Amino acid sequence: MSDVLKRRSAFEGLHPIQVEGAVTVAPTAYATRFSFRGDAKAASACSKGFGVMLPNALLKAESDNGRTAISLGPDEWLLLAPDGEVDALEAAIEKALDQHHHALVDISHRNTAFTVSGPKAETLLASGCLLDLHVSAFPVGMATRTIYSKADIVLWRTADDTFHVELWRSFVPFVWGLLEEASSEL
Amino acid sequence: MLLIPCPHCGNRPELEFRYAGEAHIARPADPSTTSDQEWAEYLYFRSNPKGLHIERWRHVSGCARFFNCVRDTVSDKILKTYPAGQPKPDLAELVKEARQ
Repeated sequence: MSDVLKRRSAFEGLHPIQVEGAVTVAPTAYATRFSFRGDAKAASACSKGFGVMLPNALLKAESDNGRTAISLGPDEWLLLAPDGEVDALEAAIEKALDQHHHALVDISHRNTAFTVSGPKAETLLASGCLLDLHVSAFPVGMATRTIYSKADIVLWRTADDTFHVELWRSFVPFVWGLLEEASSEL
Repeated sequence: MLLIPCPHCGNRPELEFRYAGEAHIARPADPSTTSDQEWAEYLYFRSNPKGLHIERWRHVSGCARFFNCVRDTVSDKILKTYPAGQPKPDLAELVKEARQ
């Protein structure tokens, strides 16, 4: 029996999805992720520890210096940072939150993510996403939890033609399969 | 598809929501002195109206918050949604507003 635990990507063994000149779906690098729950005061304290202002407005993402805070609900945020920062960030945030009632949960390994980019990114995501994804209704910097087919995802528009999709790693084969099929019809 | 106005996220497709039964049903303050009949009514008896119904919904694949909703069970028209914890709205007033 091996005594070394190897980290395996949820995307291992999946076919790449790429339609020339239309869309590319690519897994993102490993990342540090936290789910943060707390009231407005806790959120502003958390901002100090995390280094990015947690957006007060709903459905918004704020990024700075490689870190991102996404507001998912009135008292819930998703925090993203580069891989390997779990311990340092947790310590920094917990220190800033000393006096505040809150919940900070490491979900780095529960979630994984990919990007959908290209002029047909909206069309491909619309195959399973029910929201209006036109840039006028879903502008750059908007982010929300929603569904793709039957899987919960967090959808974040990072550029006019690029979306960042966060999802639970066990949903990857399901979502990837549907995207692959939809991409064949672009 | 039915669009449900989440009080936090705005209009969203109904597949993002889960229904959670009638709203504003308070748990008896002191269960130990509550009679079996009262307890059964709290647990199982619901108004089931034909017309306006105040009910709980959860925007589970969105902000994940519970909220309350006034829906007409005949037409499925949603007259108002408001965050959980707010008092019951005046139904007569809502009907008047909807007619305008």
